[in-house]
Amino acid sequence: MLSRNKRDLTMADTARGPGGGRVDLLLVAEMVAPGARVLDIGAGDGELLRLLGEKRGVDGRGIELSREGVNECVAKGLAVIQGDADTDLSDYPNDAFDYVILSQTLQAVRRPRVVLENMLRIGRHAIVSFPNFGHWRIRLQVAFGGHMPQTDNLPYAWWDSPNIHFCTIKDFRDLCDVANAKMERAVALNAWGTPLRFNAPWWFWNLFGEQAVFLLSRR
Amino acid sequence: MAEVGTAPDAAVHSREADAPRNSLVARFGADRPLKLDAGVELSPFQVAYKTYGTLNAERTNAVLVCHALTGDHHVASVHPVTGKPGWWETIVGPGRPVDTERYFVICPNVIGGCMGSTGPASINPATGKPWGLDFPVITIRDMVRAQAMLLDELGIESLFAAVGGSMGGMQVLQWAASFPRRVFAALPIACATRHSAQNIAFHEVGRQAVMADPEWRHGRYFEAGTSPRRGLAVARMGAHITYLSDAALHRKFGRKFQDRDNPTFSFDADFEVESYLRHQGSSFVERFDANSYLYLTRAMDYFDLAADCNGVIANAFKGSDTRFCVISFTSDWLFPTSESRAIVHALNASGARVSFAEIVTDKGHDAFLLDEPEMFAIVRGFLDGAARARGLKAGS
Repeated sequence: MLSRNKRDLTMADTARGPGGGRVDLLLVAEMVAPGARVLDIGAGDGELLRLLGEKRGVDGRGIELSREGVNECVAKGLAVIQGDADTDLSDYPNDAFDYVILSQTLQAVRRPRVVLENMLRIGRHAIVSFPNFGHWRIRLQVAFGGHMPQTDNLPYAWWDSPNIHFCTIKDFRDLCDVANAKMERAVALNAWGTPLRFNAPWWFWNLFGEQAVFLLSRR
Repeated sequence: MAEVGTAPDAAVHSREADAPRNSLVARFGADRPLKLDAGVELSPFQVAYKTYGTLNAERTNAVLVCHALTGDHHVASVHPVTGKPGWWETIVGPGRPVDTERYFVICPNVIGGCMGSTGPASINPATGKPWGLDFPVITIRDMVRAQAMLLDELGIESLFAAVGGSMGGMQVLQWAASFPRRVFAALPIACATRHSAQNIAFHEVGRQAVMADPEWRHGRYFEAGTSPRRGLAVARMGAHITYLSDAALHRKFGRKFQDRDNPTFSFDADFEVESYLRHQGSSFVERFDANSYLYLTRAMDYFDLAADCNGVIANAFKGSDTRFCVISFTSDWLFPTSESRAIVHALNASGARVSFAEIVTDKGHDAFLLDEPEMFAIVRGFLDGAARARGLKAGS
């Protein structure tokens, strides 16, 4: 499922900033230039699009898989269509947007590489945020618990999880290479939603970052 | 079957066609002909319409409501022939999703219709008799041209929104394609950019039913003081099935008998569903002109936006600043969701701002006319968002 719906979370409620906004969404919003044309893939209940409209004055569009999510978004006046990131991105022309955003949805798509390549084709920039499967707590659960991890952010049992393509921050960097994506900015958030030290080495991020947000462009 | 005979409906239709009750009428004289796709000019002609609400000082809050095949301009007020409430009072009215306390709603009867806009039941000024089949074949684009002339007449340069379902949705799409700068927001519901082969086929069956009725008299039934009631009723019965769904028919009627416990072993209306369809047929002929039915179904058949732009629908909306909201219904097999998706793909490809929602219902194509709270919320939300973007005051 591609969704950030309250009823259907790929991730559970994540850390919230002082204004009540989700920290990862605020971080994404901050990466977007004011007034830009933005496509949000997996728009959920429209929280990010609303935020982008309010804080950055963007011309925002969304795609959302769940019918409930779409109808909720449209009723809020957001330009969202019902669609599937795995199949529908190919319908968009090149350079249609300044930013294409995939927020907490990468792990739920069937073909992450194709989706990322399409994002970089449709948009001049791509922003991807995802839960880091290399986080130490997850590693501990696998290593010592001997079972697939469940955390506050990823509360599903393996058999009913919508998340089918987990990766670590390190893994995602490999995907960027394969998909010819240039990393313009990367931020890792710890379990409390605080950004990790900017100059920390990648292994540190990979171990202590619970989520990551990448701003990418075409190489 | 309904009682057949020289019913008063012929007289009702010919009066309503030229002097519609409870309607406003814009008349266009010889100096302002309607140039038709058929290559001829219609002149003089008239457009009957209704308005609700108040046009604001800036003239920016006008909403055009486009009616479907057998609809008319009595969208939110009592129908002068049937005495029934307006056909879209759930959507249009004070406090409704299309809020007449905020927007100035204009609903015209389409050209080719039979409720006051010039059509085959109107008097042909050249002969002093009803046009009948001498009326030129009209298209969805012709309907929209006539509506644009009406807006010119009313001094409305740009619409806040164009809204409609089914054939009304086709007009909305045509508006956005023909006059992109005159439509701020477009809300096509349960429609398509072209009429499918299956839909043309259904229409042809309906037309053949009308024409097979001996009372049709090659379209000259008014002069004979009669009308092809049986043929038109059969056309309506067939069409009505396409507006519903298997599930809705089953839920409503199942195999229940009508006022009896056992089959009569005859061709009487044993089943409730038969009785229902017969009623739909016979009540339709009271309010609709048979020739008009031929012309309007033809207009829908000819509708193909892509054909107007080298087969690429996206070109129809190229560079459009109009914001769109497309709505479809899961059980609509006349204009299935795949058709709405084609509209959305075209709009995306042309870079237009588009929302698309599919509503779960078993009510079929007719769902757009019925009580669908999710549709109401979406229409309201979309128009609210567009009104903010247009700078319309709340409840102006």
